Amino acid sequence: MSARVPLPRWVDVALLPLLNVVLAFLIGGIVVVMVGQNPLEAVGIMLYGAFGYGSGFGYTLYYTTDFIFAGLAVSLAYHAGLFNIGPEGQAYVAGLGVILVALALNGQPWFLTVPAMVLAGGLFGAAWAFIPGYLQAKRGSHIVITTILFNFIAVSMMGYIISKILKPANVGSDESAPIDAISRVPQLRLFWELFKNSPVNISFFLALIALAAVYWLIWHTKFGFAMRALGHNPTAARYAGISNAKVIMITMALAGALAGMVAVNNVGGVQGRLILNFVSGAGFVGVAVAFMGKGHPIGVALSALLFGALYQGGQELAFSMPGITREMIVTIQALVILFTGAMGDMLRPPLERIFRPRVSASAGDV
Amino acid sequence: MNYYTDLILILDSTVRLAIPLILACLAGLYSERAGIVDIGLEGKLLGSAFGAAAMAAVTGSAWLGLLAGVGVALGMSAIHGIASINLKGNQTISGVALNFLAAGLTTFLGQSWFHRGGFTPQLSGDQRFGPITLPFAPELASVPVIGGLYSELISGHNILAYVAFIAVPVTAWVLFQTRFGLRLRAVGENPKALDTAGISVTALRYQALIITAVLVGIGGTYLSIAQSAGFNNNMSAGRGYIALAALIFAKWKPWPALATCLLFGFLDALQFRLQGVQFPLIGEVPVQAIQVLPYLLTIILLAGFIGRAVAPKASGIPYTKER
Repeated sequence: MSARVPLPRWVDVALLPLLNVVLAFLIGGIVVVMVGQNPLEAVGIMLYGAFGYGSGFGYTLYYTTDFIFAGLAVSLAYHAGLFNIGPEGQAYVAGLGVILVALALNGQPWFLTVPAMVLAGGLFGAAWAFIPGYLQAKRGSHIVITTILFNFIAVSMMGYIISKILKPANVGSDESAPIDAISRVPQLRLFWELFKNSPVNISFFLALIALAAVYWLIWHTKFGFAMRALGHNPTAARYAGISNAKVIMITMALAGALAGMVAVNNVGGVQGRLILNFVSGAGFVGVAVAFMGKGHPIGVALSALLFGALYQGGQELAFSMPGITREMIVTIQALVILFTGAMGDMLRPPLERIFRPRVSASAGDV
Repeated sequence: MNYYTDLILILDSTVRLAIPLILACLAGLYSERAGIVDIGLEGKLLGSAFGAAAMAAVTGSAWLGLLAGVGVALGMSAIHGIASINLKGNQTISGVALNFLAAGLTTFLGQSWFHRGGFTPQLSGDQRFGPITLPFAPELASVPVIGGLYSELISGHNILAYVAFIAVPVTAWVLFQTRFGLRLRAVGENPKALDTAGISVTALRYQALIITAVLVGIGGTYLSIAQSAGFNNNMSAGRGYIALAALIFAKWKPWPALATCLLFGFLDALQFRLQGVQFPLIGEVPVQAIQVLPYLLTIILLAGFIGRAVAPKASGIPYTKER
């Protein structure tokens, strides 16, 4: 076999991932056809539901906010060669930090409470991710397994804390006391009529800032360089004088802090209280978002928007086409992870064949 | 005497709760020993539980249900194999994708086919695997001590449960006494050595994945048409992950795997039993504290505070033949 010809850059960064996503959606469409529904009609309803009217669009942006944070939490760790499957648990535990400071500062105006919630959520999320990071760095426990286990531990721990400690005596369901309206993260409908009754709040702008910050951190700082060096070749990084253990622990803590922002969006901005399982899968969507976006903030933003639209459009779909449930979205999510993540190189050989002549022609005789 | 009956009852539910864990754990053992990480056990349990229940509901036969359950697991293993053996993709990502795939498709197809909010129809009679009464169990039931033990604990399970227990010594024998077992262990530690000896790494890893699928398929079938009377949403409820934790806890060995699964099953049984029970001094033990124990124990082991869990060396690394 001849040596591999590298693909043109645009094919590698844009065309290949796009084809993989298209493949995932095609198979999703085939499943929809198999149960006797019209996939094109479904896509139409979903597009309308996600972008067609103000409050639908607001919901899309609300989901997008969650998925950007979770996607960044997975991406950041992945650059350092760490597969963080724990954003779900990290966000859940961060909810505790958010509600504790929010209730302590209850009644204060939002510009005082929001920074405190961001800080506390970030700290709690970071702490929950730091432990697997520490176990990986110092004790060699595999981060994939420990982050999965920490998701389960978070569920039990938070279940106990919410139902036995935070729940006020006069409340029936398992949830904390509510945050006063003026202390919550302000929703965008206060400033723009457009968003009607949708829950999108200023955490969305926080997500945009996080995208830029992560980009800057990974590609324009010394620490980002150390992270990427570790991700590419731990041995080389070690010889270059980088303390791998330190980089692993800090990276995981940062990833956890990013996941923690999901709690600011939900606990602080939407429910205004801490409820059981408020993360409801957003952390896992982050895995799909990160792989589809190839770990790059621009990719993460685009795929978070796509999944945001899918989730909101999926709700709409469940109303309009009773044959299709929301779980179809989880299936699409799975196919996206499969084709962009695990089978990401499946289409590489045919693409290499297509693009080979042009490359060798421009390179001249060798 | 009352305490004794209580104990027998707890042990009995321990066994019932441990069976899917044992099957999934042994399933994971084969693939991980062959060097393929299988995070997808959870999804395979769920998928085969659905396949078995759907088939049993449509055909009325538990055995066809079992066939469908194993078939679903085989299909999922094939995807995992193509992604991780042929395409040399990331095995963890493939496993995560399979878990989501099962979670999404089972509910979606369940709703489209049966219109019961993701549940399959209630099964009864021949659609399920019923309990088998071992010889003399009813006659011996009244004999003190041994009677209860035999007729409650040992007798009265279904065929899949006995399969799970037989699978343990069989696995130990296959793994450590046969040529196939030796090769299986070798391919997980040093695939290159096997390749050099002229044995196909790809074929061996696919064989391991097939055994994995059969075992986890039986486990999923047990969940939906032996333990329960039908499929419901997300009924595997993290058992695949617990089995994975048990596998690590057992250091990838069959007999310790049995012991660990029984321990985790016991914790599960205890959790139901202790609800609302007041203890002297400590009062009521929160269910969450017991729920969390399997995960905590595994973490402590992984951290190397009690012994050391070392995975097969080539685990998770796709094998590329030199050219």
